[in-house]
Amino acid sequence: MRPTRLPLHALLLLIALLAVQSLAAPTFAQAQLYQVPGQNSPTTKEQVPLYVPQDDKVIGRVSIPDERLGVLVQPEGREWREWRTHTLRLAIGGLAIGMTAVLAIFFLYRGTIRIHGGKSGRLVLRFNGLDRFAHWTTAVSFLTMALTGVIMTFGRPLLIPLIGHQAFTPLAEYAKSIHNFVSVPFVVGLLMIMALWLRDNIPEKADWTWIRTAGGLFSKAGGHHPEAGRFNAGQKLVFWSIVLGGIGMAATGYLLMVPFAFTGIGGMQIMHVIHGLLAAGLIAAVIGHIYIGTIGMEGAFDAMGCGEVDENWAMEHHRRWYQEQMRKGYVEGRQPAE
Amino acid sequence: MARMKFLCDAERCIECNACVTACKNEHEVPWGINRRRLVTLNDGKPGERSISMACMHCNDPPCAAVCPVDCFLQTADGVVLHSKDLCIGCGYCFYACPFGAPQYPRTTDFGSRGKMDKCTFCAGGPEPDGSVEEYQKYGANRLAEGKLPLCAEMCSTRALMGGDGAVLADIYQERSLRRGYGSGAPGWSTAYGRNDRGSPFAPGGPGTGGA
Repeated sequence: MRPTRLPLHALLLLIALLAVQSLAAPTFAQAQLYQVPGQNSPTTKEQVPLYVPQDDKVIGRVSIPDERLGVLVQPEGREWREWRTHTLRLAIGGLAIGMTAVLAIFFLYRGTIRIHGGKSGRLVLRFNGLDRFAHWTTAVSFLTMALTGVIMTFGRPLLIPLIGHQAFTPLAEYAKSIHNFVSVPFVVGLLMIMALWLRDNIPEKADWTWIRTAGGLFSKAGGHHPEAGRFNAGQKLVFWSIVLGGIGMAATGYLLMVPFAFTGIGGMQIMHVIHGLLAAGLIAAVIGHIYIGTIGMEGAFDAMGCGEVDENWAMEHHRRWYQEQMRKGYVEGRQPAE
Repeated sequence: MARMKFLCDAERCIECNACVTACKNEHEVPWGINRRRLVTLNDGKPGERSISMACMHCNDPPCAAVCPVDCFLQTADGVVLHSKDLCIGCGYCFYACPFGAPQYPRTTDFGSRGKMDKCTFCAGGPEPDGSVEEYQKYGANRLAEGKLPLCAEMCSTRALMGGDGAVLADIYQERSLRRGYGSGAPGWSTAYGRNDRGSPFAPGGPGTGGA
């Protein structure tokens, strides 16, 4: 028996069709929806990056005038968010509370440092009107900006639960405006302080002795008091902290106030971090400064309060300066030609 | 409840800026504010991609976390809105946002920042839906009318899509399958192979990993 086979003409047609098909194969392949994998196509699931975590900015081109919007993604915002919501509050709160705790313990240990020998009743001019104006301008400006800054930093977790959103927004708005404008008298006061007191705050050898003995803070009352000129080493530390820190605050602050005038978004975030760090340090330093100038030491506040200090206080704490004042004839009741 | 999302298919985007224009027009966005923008990467080089970017309406939005006056709210659909009445224009949301969504007019002292403005997913703001105050402050509220964001509706190539995340995921998966990316996870580097992207007139081409 002959096996079943296709009629000859059908077979020839089939061969012709197959030939045409193979010739036209490349064109047909390109028209297919499902594509042929090439040499570079992934072969396993692991080769296909589902999500590549970005650590750096992705910047492209935009056709609008604002070229800053060419930054497609800035992952550094994640780190900045952590700083702003968590670390900054820890820094400011921690340093302020820590300093207060240390001072409280010190006060319980030492109490108010009394003038050895009591007040004499005679006065010596320590700071004239200009000195005191410079100091109080800087001081009040600083405290205002510290308070408004703390409102903006801590207001959301601490104040909104107390006064609500509707009341807190005007408070924060005013805080922001006051913070920006009070920067001006602060800088003016800072410049005055530098002009008036820079010369007397240059570090010298006696300062090292003062620091090593911690200014006599821990020696018993009436014990040896290290020598000091117009400003002792502790005051010089405060001076340089405020001056250098204040310049840093002003510089970062003004850059923050004119956003993106000189920096990109990374720069603005860095400015904010520095501004916050300096604020934390300065607030702690000023708490210490206020302590020693008020309850920490008897007779200290008079220097800035009215400008004249008790003679015994001057002799005990700033002997070299007191002796200079005597030589120049500035001591009340001791002036030869009065 | 739908979780609203945006998805921009960088391989379909032709940089026509219809989304930008649609948003600007629909919400009467003032000069200088760019709620939606088109960013082109590798402009002029092989592998040029354009992508439309506005607010991504994140979960755990960084903008909401850093706001000092807590003026942000997130709707049940996942849309991140904010209140211009509470905003003090401090600028923190822009520092925190990875996508640069918040924009500010140049007003207030020192011309620094006014109230923040950003993409609202065409869902307006805290004011009553469709009210005059809402339109003046935040623009049109299309979601309240049952419509989707206009940028996605206007996209000429259906590159930008906005709406229910589940629906978008289905579209995304179908496109991946049709493009032949194996396990269905297109990344920009797998589009035409990392090294050879063909010529501008025959992207890919035979033998380059996809036609």
